[in-house]
Amino acid sequence: MYFQLAWRNIWRNPRRTAVIMTAIIIGVWSMIFLNALMRGMESDMIKNSISTLTGHLQIHHKDYRNDPVIENSMYDTKALETALNKVLPPGAHRAARIRVNAIAGNARHTSGITLVGINPVPEAKTSFIGHAINQGRYLKPEDKYGVIVGQALLVKFETKIGRKLVLMSQDTDGNIASRAFRIIGTFKAEMQATEKQFAFVTITAARQMLKLEKGISEVSITLPDNIDADHVTTRLKAELGTDGYQIQTWRELLPIINAYLVIFDGFIFIWSFVVFIAMGFGIVNTTLMAVFERMREFGLLKALGMKPWWIIRDVLSESFLLLVMGMTIGNIMALLCVFALSGSGIDLSAFAAGAEFAGISKIIYPAVYAKDVLISNFVVIILGLLVSIYPAAKAARFTPVEALAQT
Amino acid sequence: MSIVECKDINKTYQQGKIEVRALKGVTLSIDKGGFVALAGPSGSGKTTLLNIIGSLDQPDSGSVSVDGNTFEKMTQSQLALLRLHKVGFVFQSYNLIPVLSAVENVEFVMLLQGVQAAQRRERAKAILDDVGLEAEYDRRPAELSGGQQQRVAVARAIVSNPSIVLADEPTANLDSKTGNGLLEMMKKMNEEKKVTFIFSTHDNMVMDYARRLILIRDGCIVDDQIK
Repeated sequence: MYFQLAWRNIWRNPRRTAVIMTAIIIGVWSMIFLNALMRGMESDMIKNSISTLTGHLQIHHKDYRNDPVIENSMYDTKALETALNKVLPPGAHRAARIRVNAIAGNARHTSGITLVGINPVPEAKTSFIGHAINQGRYLKPEDKYGVIVGQALLVKFETKIGRKLVLMSQDTDGNIASRAFRIIGTFKAEMQATEKQFAFVTITAARQMLKLEKGISEVSITLPDNIDADHVTTRLKAELGTDGYQIQTWRELLPIINAYLVIFDGFIFIWSFVVFIAMGFGIVNTTLMAVFERMREFGLLKALGMKPWWIIRDVLSESFLLLVMGMTIGNIMALLCVFALSGSGIDLSAFAAGAEFAGISKIIYPAVYAKDVLISNFVVIILGLLVSIYPAAKAARFTPVEALAQT
Repeated sequence: MSIVECKDINKTYQQGKIEVRALKGVTLSIDKGGFVALAGPSGSGKTTLLNIIGSLDQPDSGSVSVDGNTFEKMTQSQLALLRLHKVGFVFQSYNLIPVLSAVENVEFVMLLQGVQAAQRRERAKAILDDVGLEAEYDRRPAELSGGQQQRVAVARAIVSNPSIVLADEPTANLDSKTGNGLLEMMKKMNEEKKVTFIFSTHDNMVMDYARRLILIRDGCIVDDQIK
């Protein structure tokens, strides 16, 4: 009967109830939907970053990250292999690379790039390059003079497939090594900067050019979704020791992305806060209006023997019902919007240049995390009830005589 | 045996800058099973006295006790419980809960008392039958006439078996025929169920029905007749 009373009371003024419910619905919808967009961007940023040669974790010579020169390569590849075979879970992929700064040049242009020597087969399973070829073909292990460049670099250099490209870098003797490669394919990446930065050759070709017999610059590892990178890193550190190696997760390797994630969380918090403040004022205002309108009735309830606390409970029950109804509709609407956009995503092409800078894809696919939905609902219901305490307490404070004297 | 004891009750209201002495040292004792009218002109203090007896208002000085419970030092919650179990109210303007039906309005007090749902419904229907509203269980107050609403209010006041029922000008908004019917019904309940009724009124009909008539003027009891 308490429920019936609360339910009927909230429908005494349907227009007012509709207004406040709309505020709650929009609030909850925007919290969940915006969170989903942010999470979609985040997840895309992480996915792009991990697949753009980073992987979930990487192993380097302990000095390579501070000074990425050919001298800081890892030579004891057998020990590495043994440790990786022991520690990596089934489903993990790894790729050894040579990675040095280089200069690419043709008859018209030169540009600073990153020369990446790869094992074509394992690399295709580890990073984006295996499925990013848009012209020509991917590298084969026996390619000694083939190079793959990004589409944007090809355009910048005003060249085409089949033309020559000279790559220059410092070899292990400290001399300038250069080699002419033929462009056999181009790749497309989410970001133009990636297309302009990387040139891929086979690891054999890179070793020959740089006079690096068996060394490698890095091992990049991708893990199955359910495996924690920190856990694997800890085990690898225990296995390999940290004297000669530096083992880092993608969070350490990509501090800017990590910072973006923190900023995103901040945005989500601020947005939730702003939405809630607007909604909270609506709830307080509506509930106060309802309380003052029914002042005489609260006086009657007290006269009939309701304790002040029972009146607070009744007013809070009405707020609770309003919140639950608004939240339910808000959740359904938000999830429907996410579902509707899950196929096509939101096309940010018009802002792609700016978005690209942040490592965000041109198309955002919203991603709903149960945790975010639960937190949004929890925040709305708890804070909603908290702000309703004020009007409820007001109702409980009326003395019966004062309240019954109201007309 | 007295069920209501008031000793030297004083009450002053502030109306703007003017102090109004509503009650001036009122001392009163009402016996169990009484059918008592507090009569007097408007502003004489009868409603104030009724509110104080019902613990809806506190006196500035003096003591009040109902059924052996002295109000002094009782908290708001304790007074609420006292009203819930010992006092029934009938107001001039009915004061039913508009979103509840007649039977639910009567049930409401029992709900607060923690009576089981089935028993609540049975007792509420029985008391509505007693007040002649057997056909109006599910009607909301807006769908009932003034007389019917006041009958529901009386049913609500007595359904919880209170020690006293305080009725503030119960016939003021009713025509004489309806008012007469209501008073007959309350008198019957007083006689059959031994419920003590205390009215505040300036309606001669109520005064005629009362077995004890207390006249109040300017905050003082000026006459007390037992018929």
